[in-house]
Amino acid sequence: MITVDIGVRLGSFRLDAGFEAPSNGITALFGRSGSGKTTVVKSIAGLVKPDRGRIAVHERALFDREAGINVPTARRNLGYVFQEGRLFPHMSVRRNLLYGRRDHGGQGPGLEETVALLGLADLLDRLPSSLSGGERQRVAIGRALLAAPRLLLMDEPLASLDAERRAEILPYLAGLRRLRDIPIIYVSHQLDEILGLADWLVLVSNGRVTASGPVEQVASEWRLSPGLDRDETVVLACRVRDHDPDYHLTRLAWSGGDLWVAGIDADPGREVRLGIRPRDITISLLAPEQTSALNVFPARITGFEPAGRAEIDVLLSAGDAILRARVTRRSVSALGLVAGTQVHALIKASGIDVTVRVRHSG
Amino acid sequence: MMQGLTPLETEALALSARVAGWSVLICLPAGIAVAWVLARRRFPGMWLLDGIVHLPLVLPPVVVGYVLLVLLGRSGLIGGWLYATFGVTLAFSWQGAAVAAAVMAFPLMVRAVRLSLETMDRGLEDAARTLGAGELRVWMTVTLPLCLPGILTGTILTFARSLGEFGATITFVSNIPGETRTLPLALYSVTQVPGDPVPAIRLALISVAVALLALVVSELMARRMSARLGTGP
Repeated sequence: MITVDIGVRLGSFRLDAGFEAPSNGITALFGRSGSGKTTVVKSIAGLVKPDRGRIAVHERALFDREAGINVPTARRNLGYVFQEGRLFPHMSVRRNLLYGRRDHGGQGPGLEETVALLGLADLLDRLPSSLSGGERQRVAIGRALLAAPRLLLMDEPLASLDAERRAEILPYLAGLRRLRDIPIIYVSHQLDEILGLADWLVLVSNGRVTASGPVEQVASEWRLSPGLDRDETVVLACRVRDHDPDYHLTRLAWSGGDLWVAGIDADPGREVRLGIRPRDITISLLAPEQTSALNVFPARITGFEPAGRAEIDVLLSAGDAILRARVTRRSVSALGLVAGTQVHALIKASGIDVTVRVRHSG
Repeated sequence: MMQGLTPLETEALALSARVAGWSVLICLPAGIAVAWVLARRRFPGMWLLDGIVHLPLVLPPVVVGYVLLVLLGRSGLIGGWLYATFGVTLAFSWQGAAVAAAVMAFPLMVRAVRLSLETMDRGLEDAARTLGAGELRVWMTVTLPLCLPGILTGTILTFARSLGEFGATITFVSNIPGETRTLPLALYSVTQVPGDPVPAIRLALISVAVALLALVVSELMARRMSARLGTGP
C-alpha cells in the first residue's frame, strides 16, 4: 500500500492531497497541467518537502512530519523517470544505465535483461546528445529500473514525444510489470495513456485529490476534469468479440450489449477501454429502425446536469455504466424527458475512442 | 630578434609562470568553494561576501597591494602571526607575489565557476539523488564534471590575469630581480632606462605570446569538453 497525505505550499500554490494506492500495478495521477500532480510525485521522491503530513510505501514511512521523519531522496529506493529524461550528458548510455545500480542481491533485472527489454543494445556506447527523444526516454526508464526501486515514479514520461515515439514506448511501459512486480505511479494528462496502462486512478484538480479508485469506477463516476481536451468523456470497459473485415469494424462485448466500433488491431478476448464523448450520443424515445448509428441501447434516464446555456447532459443508465448524452434543452422539453424515462441511446461508432489495454497477461 | 631568450627574460618568464601557477592553485579550491556558496546558499550577509570577493575588480590594484602589505607584512595583522608561528614572510617574496596575483584574479575565478553552477541543469543533480547518490557522489560525478567548462575558463582567466599582475605586486612585494620581478615588472624596469627600445619590445612580445598561447589552449580544451558534453555546435 502506498499512502500519501500531504500539504505543500509553493508560493501561491497550495497542494492538499491524500490518497491510497495498491502496492502493485500502475496508479495513474491524472489532471490538468498545474493541478499539482508533479508536486505529489516530487514529494514522494523527497525533492519537495511537504509542510505537513505523511508518505509511506510498503509500511515504511518516507516522510512523517509529526514523527520528524524525512528520508533523504538517495535512501528512498526509488526510480524516477522525468518528463525530460534527465540523462547525464557527460556519460555514455552504459554509464547512465549503471549509475544508480544498487546491490539488490541478485533479484531484479540485470543490465542485459534491461537492455533487451528496452531495446538499448545498439545505444550503449553513445552519448545522450546523439539519441532521439524516444531513445532517451527508454534509457531513462532503464536507468530507473536498474536502480532496483521499490517504487517507480514516472512523471509524464511520454509528454515530450510525438505520437509515433509514444506508440513506440507504450508497449515497453506495459512490459515493465512483467519484469518486476513493483508499483508504478504514473503521472499523465493524456487519457489514452491512462486507459491503456493504469489499474488505479487518482484524479488531481487544483491541488486536491478529487477521486481515487479502480480506473473504470473512477472514470465512470466522475467527469474527467473539464478543461481537458475531451470534455466529460465516459469510460467503458469491454472485450473484443470479433471483427468484420469487410467493413473494417470491430464488435465489442459490453455489459449493455454488443458495441460496434471502427476496426481496431486487437485479438478477440483482449480488454479494451472506450472513451465516449457526450456529443456522440443521441437519445430517441422510440427504437430507431432506420438509422446510421450502429449502436443502439435501451437506457433509463437517471438525472440531468446543465452544460452551458443551451445544452444539458442527460445521464443514462445502460448496462453497468452511466452514459452521458449532451442534447439541447429544447430537445429535452420537446421529448418530455424526465428522470426514469426509458429511452434508446444511439452511439456513433465513429465517435468512440478505443484504447487497447496494454497490460501483461499474468 | 628572437634568437633565444636572455637570462633576464628567462628569469622573468619562469618567475611569472611560477607565480601564476601558484595563484591558480590558490584560486581553484577557494574559488570553487566561494562560488558554490554564492550560487547555492542563501544566508544573511551574502551581499557582503559577494562584495568583498569582487572588490579587487573595482579597486585600484595599488590599494589592494597596500592592504595586503598592512595585513600580511611582517608586522601586519596576519603576517606577524604567520612569521611568529611558521617563520613565513610573504612580503617582498615570490610567494607574496603569488598571493597578490591570486587575490587580484580571485573574482574572475569565482565569477566563471559561479556562472556555470548557476546555469547548469540542477535537475540532473536531483536525478542522481533519486538514483541513490549521496551529496558527495552527486558533487563528484555530476556537479563538478558539468561545471568543468566554467572551471576551465576560470583557470585560464586566473592564469592570464596573474601573469599580468602589476600594481598590487609592486606595492606588496616590490620589484626584486629574481624574486618578485615578473614579466610586467621586468618590462616596467627596462622602460625606466632611456635608450635601446629592443629589450622592452622583446618583453612585450613574450607577454603577447604567452597570453595567446593560454587563449588557444583554453579554446581547444573548451571545444573538446563541449563535444563531450554534447553541448557544442
